Amino acid sequence: MNPVSTWDRFVETFFNAKVMAKYLPDILSGVVVTIELAVLIVVTGLAAGLALALVRALGIRPINWLIVFVVDLFRSLPPLVIIVLIYFGLPAIELTPSGFVSTWLSLGFVLMAFSEEIFWAGITSIHRGQWEASRSTGLSYGQTLLAVILPQALRLTIPPLTNRTIAITKGTALGSVVAVTEILGQASSAMSNSYNPSPLMLGAAAYIVLFLPVVVAARWIETRFAWKR
Amino acid sequence: MADAIVEARGIHKHFGALHVLKGVDLVVAERELVFVIGPSGSGKSTLLRCLNRLEEPSSGSIVVDGIDMLSPKTDINHARQRIGMVFQSFNLYPHMTALGNVTLALRKVVGKSRAEADELGLAALKRVGLADRAGHTPGQLSGGQQQRVAIARAIALEPKVMLFDEPTSALDPELVGSVLEVMRDLRQSGMTMVVVSHEMGFARAAADRVVFMDHGLIVEQGPPAAIFENPSQERTRSFIGQIQRH
Repeated sequence: MNPVSTWDRFVETFFNAKVMAKYLPDILSGVVVTIELAVLIVVTGLAAGLALALVRALGIRPINWLIVFVVDLFRSLPPLVIIVLIYFGLPAIELTPSGFVSTWLSLGFVLMAFSEEIFWAGITSIHRGQWEASRSTGLSYGQTLLAVILPQALRLTIPPLTNRTIAITKGTALGSVVAVTEILGQASSAMSNSYNPSPLMLGAAAYIVLFLPVVVAARWIETRFAWKR
Repeated sequence: MADAIVEARGIHKHFGALHVLKGVDLVVAERELVFVIGPSGSGKSTLLRCLNRLEEPSSGSIVVDGIDMLSPKTDINHARQRIGMVFQSFNLYPHMTALGNVTLALRKVVGKSRAEADELGLAALKRVGLADRAGHTPGQLSGGQQQRVAIARAIALEPKVMLFDEPTSALDPELVGSVLEVMRDLRQSGMTMVVVSHEMGFARAAADRVVFMDHGLIVEQGPPAAIFENPSQERTRSFIGQIQRH
């Protein structure tokens, strides 16, 4: 009998070349879906968050209460709960969003909520003197907000914003629960089909290849936009 | 007074329960330099900030260059172009160059093209002696230079009156002179100025009138020599005695 070493068994189980080769195309298609989902979430989530923060800066009380309520709601609900609510709940009112759309909407709302708070904190942290100087030269409230306050606020918000954006974007893996064929979804179905966890290792590698450059880029942006006062 | 540029009458200002201005009249003639002095909390800065409505007076009337500043019909952003303001803490925009600071309102409010604004902005920086610093950001300038850029930002709009809110209080002593020199030049060019400051030497040399405020009221006013050497009110006398000892 040919003794199989523990090491060989380990490699056979987690880094099975045959299984990996077979399911690599599936994982790659999962990468494409993850990227599509991530880009949609980041673009719409940040845009909506910034829009809400700007509306909130107008200081219209009832609207601000509404914004704070919505933001707090999405900040306190676990993202997975929101995904499940949209995917399994909305069909009850004749809306049947796909798993992809459910995941996009859910994480988009969550990013909107967190980024609104970050943008808002940035706007309010700008010294009152900046408003006064600008208004004293005749700029309107809106002009001051856009030309004087926001550029300063945005620089302050970049570090917390990049962190939060990366964290929420990684949540695309939650889409696997509602049958989105992103990386984790592809990897786990490959695992069930092959009775071997190697596709999961491939999936993990795909996440690293995908997100490590983003993390590095975020660090670069943070240093690039820091400026001396 | 026919040639009054600033005419503030019966100004009251409440901050909650605090009655900060208790019926102040301040009339400033064209080309006049009025110095406002008084202990902290006397309401002098608040009065200044009411003149361009950075602070909303609780009651009273303010007319600047013929414009009713408190009328709801007044386009306040348009009116504010005629009133330059310089702050204790400079309040330059840190994300813009000196030239960017000076030209922002020229482009956004007056509607000048970038080229026109740059030309006017450079001329304003030249007037404060900082044309060679046009491309520097506030962080690269000394406090005195920052305050001069702030003055350039205000005069670039060719205001009818300039308000100075303790313009030298945040400066190191050796930098005060350069700012006062710019203010002296402005004065010689005929700019109407209202200055809240305790620079007594400058007041003596340049002011037409000194206004002493205490507890939200004007206690007395007159030519600098009269107020500084021979005040008629005991409160004025003791205040001037105090600041001259330091």
